[in-house]
Amino acid sequence: MNSNQTRHRRKTAILCLLLCLCMAGLAGRLVFLMLYRSEYYSGRAEDLHQRERTIKAARGRILDRNGEVIAANRTVCTISVIYNQVTDREQVIRTLSEMLPMDEEKVREKVEKRSSREIIRSNVSKETGDAIRACHLDGVKVDEDYKRWYPHGSLASKVLGFTGGDNQGIVGLEVMYEEILGGISGRILTMTDAAGIEITNTFEDRVEPVPGADLTVSLDVNIQRYAEQAAYETMERKGANRVSIIVMDPRNGEILAMVNVPEFDLNDPFTLNTEAPSGSTAKEKQELLNQMWRNPSINDTYEPGSTFKIITAAAGLEAGVVTLEDTFSCPGFRIVEDRKIRCHKVGGHGSETFLQGAMNSCNPVFIDVGQRLGVENYYHYFEQFGLKEKTGIDLPGEAATIMHRKEDMGLVELATVSFGQSFQVTPIQLITTAASIVNGGDRVTPHFGVRVTGADGTYVHDLSWPVKQGIVSAETSEKMRYILEQVVADGSGKKGAVAGYRVGGKTATSEKLPRSLKKYISSFIGFAPANDPQVIALITIDEPQGVYYGGTIAAPVIANLYQNILPYLGIEGEPLE
Amino acid sequence: MAKKHRPKHFYDYSLLFCVIFLTAFGLVMIYSASSYTAQLRYGDASYFMMRQLKIAAGGLILAVVVSKIDYHHYAKFAVFSYILSYILMIAVSLVGRRVNGKRRWLGVGSLSFQPTEFVKIALIVLLAVVITAMGRKINSWRCVGVIAALTLPIAAIVAANNLSSGIIIVGIAFVMLFVACRKTAPFFACALAAVGVTVIAGPLATFLEKINLLHGYQLNRIYVWQNPEAYSQEGGYQVLQGLYAIGSGGLFGKGLGESIQKMGFVPEAQNDMIFSIICEELGLFGAVSVILIFLFMIYRFMLIASNAPDLYGAMLVVGVMGHIAIQVILNIAVVTNTIPNTGITLPFISYGGTSVLFLMIEMGMVLSVSNKIKLEK
Repeated sequence: MNSNQTRHRRKTAILCLLLCLCMAGLAGRLVFLMLYRSEYYSGRAEDLHQRERTIKAARGRILDRNGEVIAANRTVCTISVIYNQVTDREQVIRTLSEMLPMDEEKVREKVEKRSSREIIRSNVSKETGDAIRACHLDGVKVDEDYKRWYPHGSLASKVLGFTGGDNQGIVGLEVMYEEILGGISGRILTMTDAAGIEITNTFEDRVEPVPGADLTVSLDVNIQRYAEQAAYETMERKGANRVSIIVMDPRNGEILAMVNVPEFDLNDPFTLNTEAPSGSTAKEKQELLNQMWRNPSINDTYEPGSTFKIITAAAGLEAGVVTLEDTFSCPGFRIVEDRKIRCHKVGGHGSETFLQGAMNSCNPVFIDVGQRLGVENYYHYFEQFGLKEKTGIDLPGEAATIMHRKEDMGLVELATVSFGQSFQVTPIQLITTAASIVNGGDRVTPHFGVRVTGADGTYVHDLSWPVKQGIVSAETSEKMRYILEQVVADGSGKKGAVAGYRVGGKTATSEKLPRSLKKYISSFIGFAPANDPQVIALITIDEPQGVYYGGTIAAPVIANLYQNILPYLGIEGEPLE
Repeated sequence: MAKKHRPKHFYDYSLLFCVIFLTAFGLVMIYSASSYTAQLRYGDASYFMMRQLKIAAGGLILAVVVSKIDYHHYAKFAVFSYILSYILMIAVSLVGRRVNGKRRWLGVGSLSFQPTEFVKIALIVLLAVVITAMGRKINSWRCVGVIAALTLPIAAIVAANNLSSGIIIVGIAFVMLFVACRKTAPFFACALAAVGVTVIAGPLATFLEKINLLHGYQLNRIYVWQNPEAYSQEGGYQVLQGLYAIGSGGLFGKGLGESIQKMGFVPEAQNDMIFSIICEELGLFGAVSVILIFLFMIYRFMLIASNAPDLYGAMLVVGVMGHIAIQVILNIAVVTNTIPNTGITLPFISYGGTSVLFLMIEMGMVLSVSNKIKLEK
């Protein structure tokens, strides 16, 4: 019976060896899975187990130049329901629909939905949230959250912009400075079992949110408010569509005020500030909202008209093709090639010096200066002054200049451009260029952002903005200040004068296209003190009814504004002769 | 050196200790793997562990008792238990309790057991008896045919409701035959063919399905095996969750009791998939340690089989060795998605009363054989 022992032993050993090989193979497979594929599988497993909840970062505030808060945060609550943890579904539905208040059917639908977490309603006031929490309903979570709050309501609405449901900036400074204001959301990572129930006592990974930094802007709430009042008053008195006022420091490009009336309520940005035409579709309503949020000082271009003569004059003086004493004659029109271009004074201004021509805002004088420069030179200065580029202002959606291409520009186009027609710029572009010409010749970048302060004052970072020096010489700049002071002292801008201050400026009355409609944009650009500009303002009145001359209706608004803000800004006046 | 008249008999305490250790380790892992779901389902975290503990303790006592009986006495029951296994299998097919749509349980009241486990042990004893009786004639084709005739019908009945147990039964017979026969080449050819089929399983299964030899759901299993992530909704779930658990383990694991996958992700974590939880909690280190313990066990079987006083004893041990080795290999292969998914428990460690009870009896048999080894000199 045992005669075959040796053979059996050998076979048993072979069998044992084979089994060992199989197991070694499996061990090898384990090494592969657990070392080389470990990262992949554990990553997948982690995704499966972890439930991530974000903790919103507090959004940074926006402060005006004096530290007044113009955009802040308010605590609101988000009410959500965790399906697995609700014990008394009916009670939850009843309580929530009562307290929120919401349609019971809607609440029921959400409460009965099998999801790990269903948000019932967000942006609930803190009082309501506290009241719901006090009910101690199983499975109902009340999470506190921040919501943007604008203490001044509609003030500078088109500049500040507002935020959306996730506190992300949508328009204006809020979106431009999103990275600074937004902060970094935190996360709570919790482990859950297969049913989605959080596992207690497991490693909870909590990443704290980094609150957004505060942004200090150059706006001055008081000046903004003055300007807004003035703009509203003008809009109503003149029955205008819109009135915009920009107040800027010409020395560095800081914008003290930017008013675009009608403004809208930042705390309720999705309600139209005008009556929507009845029966308008959702798409049309959205279009109206977009129009309401638009900042025409930056997003829209217009033909600047006579205010642009500042640029033609500066170019002429800089190139040396004209002096203040050069004499011109105005018969009431100029013929350029085959075109007869009229002066606004039908009878003509007769013989006048260049200075007088500027004071009279005489078109033929500026046509002549433009012709003396020639297309090549004129275009050169247009570009040198920075008019071809965007200003680089820190607001989204700045419109580009609409200008003839150099090769398409003939003498007729040159003539019209010389007195501000046949091309378009934004108001911000015009005021920036004018500021750069009168401030000694430094092209500044218009801006709001001044300083970034970390939450709890952890760091302070001053923002700097590019300046292009010497776009005109200091002498030309000084001559321009003189000319523009004369325009206000004794020329077409007389009504822009402010008692006790030296003010320089230029008026304009632009015809809107098509010209047959006889619609106008009246404007005035003025700066003070004329010998050392510290503030420059531009008002544009869109489609005024009745008298529409810039010198008559626009200049007095700025004069009135200056009367209030020059003393406020601490600018010393001096008696005029 | 002993000057006793009675020759000193060997008793493999290493194997006994090995079994006790594996069972105890199994209890710890069952507790770890099942406490979360047991708490949820029965309100008692140690529900599965306590049940297993009672049966394992009883089984161990039984094993020691069996090991003290001369193994030649088992031969008397060989034919009876073989017939009994047919009766039980037919009974379970007709009146067995359905669990997950499969009739696998036979029982009265709260007592129930899986007859397939009984079939395995009955077959081992019967084949050992028959092979020994055949002696040298085993090398003839006729005798191989007799073995096959004894094995295949019962394996087929088992496989009808429990494919993996059927495979194990065939495997046990194969291994015993391999050791008994002189020839080697045909067995290697068979093994190579099996490996070959596994390698070309995908295209082959598609072909078989085309000619209607394979059911759609079986083809699906093959697809799931080849790419569990793409079929996670169609059955890849369990395998995939097991892989996640294994992959999460890394070198040293998350620590005992720290598995996340056991929290409802790996279905029945204390059962077939317990090895994946071992991997997750104890890492590659723990997993390889478990494999090494099983290897040591196999090594002890080999020693006992080689030194068994007669062929009958050797064949008994080889059968048990085949049974345990096949189950370990297949279980780990399934868990690591090396072969298509099929339900096989990990001996001594997986939760399962019948399995542990009959494994203990098998151990008793092996120990009984070891007890007959005479230590010479």
